[in-house]
Amino acid sequence: MNLTQEFFRSLRLVIALWLLTAIVYPAIILVIGQVAFPYQANGSVINNAEGQPIGSALIGQPFKSDQYFWSRPSAVDYATQPAIAQTGASGASNLAPSNPALLDRLKPEAQRLQATQTKPTADLLYSSGSGLDPHISLEAAQSQIQRVARSRKLNEYDVQALVSKAIEGRFVGLFGEPGVNVLKLNLSLDAL
Amino acid sequence: MLQGWLQIALTLLIVIVITPLLGRYIAHVFLNERTGLDAILNPLDRLMYRAIGLRSMPDMTGWQYIRSVLISNFMMGAAVLMVLLLQPLLPLNPTGVGMMNWDIALHTTISFLTNTDQQHYSGETTLSYGSQVFALGFLMFTSAATGLAVGIAFIRGLTGRSLGNFYQDLVLSITRILLPISLVGALLLLAAGVPETIAGALQLKTLEGTMQTIARGPVAHFEIIKQLGENGGGFFGANSAHPFENPNGWTNLIETVAMVAIPSSLIYTYGIFTHNLKQAWLVYAIVLAFFIPFVIITAIGEFQGNPQVNAILGEISPNLEGKEVRFGWAQTALWAVTTTATMCGAVNGMHDSLMPSGGFSTLLNLFLQIVWGGQGTGTAYLFVYLILAVFLTGLMVGRTPEFLGRKIEKTEIVFASVILLVHPIAILIPAAITLAFPEALAGISNPGFHGLSQVIYEYASASANNGSGFEGLGDATVWWNLSAGVSILLGRYVPIVALLLLAESMSQKQPVPMTDGTLRTDTGLFTSITGVVILILGVLTFLPVLALGPIAEAFQLSP
Repeated sequence: MNLTQEFFRSLRLVIALWLLTAIVYPAIILVIGQVAFPYQANGSVINNAEGQPIGSALIGQPFKSDQYFWSRPSAVDYATQPAIAQTGASGASNLAPSNPALLDRLKPEAQRLQATQTKPTADLLYSSGSGLDPHISLEAAQSQIQRVARSRKLNEYDVQALVSKAIEGRFVGLFGEPGVNVLKLNLSLDAL
Repeated sequence: MLQGWLQIALTLLIVIVITPLLGRYIAHVFLNERTGLDAILNPLDRLMYRAIGLRSMPDMTGWQYIRSVLISNFMMGAAVLMVLLLQPLLPLNPTGVGMMNWDIALHTTISFLTNTDQQHYSGETTLSYGSQVFALGFLMFTSAATGLAVGIAFIRGLTGRSLGNFYQDLVLSITRILLPISLVGALLLLAAGVPETIAGALQLKTLEGTMQTIARGPVAHFEIIKQLGENGGGFFGANSAHPFENPNGWTNLIETVAMVAIPSSLIYTYGIFTHNLKQAWLVYAIVLAFFIPFVIITAIGEFQGNPQVNAILGEISPNLEGKEVRFGWAQTALWAVTTTATMCGAVNGMHDSLMPSGGFSTLLNLFLQIVWGGQGTGTAYLFVYLILAVFLTGLMVGRTPEFLGRKIEKTEIVFASVILLVHPIAILIPAAITLAFPEALAGISNPGFHGLSQVIYEYASASANNGSGFEGLGDATVWWNLSAGVSILLGRYVPIVALLLLAESMSQKQPVPMTDGTLRTDTGLFTSITGVVILILGVLTFLPVLALGPIAEAFQLSP
């Protein structure tokens, strides 16, 4: 086989494999996804009572009010910056453990949390990997119960019950770490 | 803490259980033996062969195989570069992203073509759905298949067979291995919450009334081949840390096992090709002897956390900077080591924020390239080390070095040396140039020793065709795109050429009958020596940079 033949064979190879892996395969998954798993396939979107999307069950949101449980720090502000309104964003601080900027960020944040009687747990101080982490640790949720209950004038036990319901456990009790889904928890607070 | 170790141990156990099953299946595919999927896949294979115009499958010589690899890869790269550069004109661009810079498009093409998937861009803001699916998704299959084909051709040559036919190997890798597993895996991920949609990003008002934009897209089909093919280039900027790429413990388990399944199984495939499963398991043990300690020291580092931050917290807490709550220290540490060991390069937590012990293990993985190693090529590198160990022990005891009954001579050692030497050259020289111009070129974001690690990591990841990074590095520059591109190409195609020539020269030798005087290579003693050879040849070259980077940083952090 000479060089020209080899080029033409490669061209046919590229076209054939492209049709298979970049057209047929994604199309199969897309159709099955949209037909059999429309909720997951479209981003696990949660709608409010008026049918408006209010968030995704898998994506975190920023919370500032005392009435809500707070999420983890995010390097991308949970994709709320106007500059990326068209596309969305994700990402992390990428600060090395030895970078002084890390301590400069953590120290005032720890003081701020302590001022609100919230224990500065590791997950509430360290920023997440995706910038969209939907979870906080069980301990972080626990330490915010008092504040939320007080500002909503609720019984702490009632809030505790909601926290317990919002826990998403390990896969088959073994893989991953349990976390409290902050958006779901706060939605259930609003529904009380 | 115990629970974390249990998760790690169970995941490893699953990998070990899968190894003989998948390894045997892969061997059947490439030995043209019957498999359970023949009824469905034979027609597909025939269709593909007809499309390519492959009527017979003539065995190729080393140079023919190389020529086919290079020409087909060139065509794939050219096609993809065109798609990326024409992005705004092509369909499936609901988020309206614009032109890519030429240097980022070129780097991305080289990077995905070579199974590296180093990304100097963020998926959400730079690429359209069309570019992800039509360009990168395509290369994720073909680059993995190219590696697999070369790995199989190498095993064939080593065991005295002819190298086979590249086109056939490439097609079979996709239709028989990558595509069927991807179909099942994509559906599992989809059911678990990974999106697959062509609808644009979702803009909504959050509970507190802020505008949030939720990026989504055709992720599920992309995600599984990204892991299984050891590609590692994320659909989103945050890669597998993004909740849409990796929503929970179940998807994390699938993705972790997927990225190590093929390289671990290929060692078993080799055992079937040589009819010597004992040796396969011994080689497997060498890999585990590197892999498990790396996981342990990384996990301990993350579990104990950052001493300076622990002082603020008032207790010892895991380092969660750049980590997701749902994965925690254990799954992130396991992933970080696995992804750099297998040359996948996907991340579920940010490597730049790993403790120094994590930086140490991940860098060492990139330097060694054989702790599982890249798709197909990693297994081949393992046997290159075995050949070198045979040569060295042969010199020590004064016997003719033989491997699998074939004499190891000057030609083989030259090729083996080229394979080992191109790696430090492609890492250390560009890194030295970059570090000489810290202001103009380097783009270091973390000061001190860690900054050195950032630069070294980027080139190591490029040359090892891994693709993960210390992502704080400002690498979206013309210098980084071009210089990393050169490292990627050197680290990919020079070893492929040398591997195939080495395999051919082995396959053409007359087998020497085994006698009492033959140095047996399937013993525990010889395997241990191979481990030491790997340590000496692979690690010593890089010891100075390890000492100046992660080791120095560890001392800096210690209270």
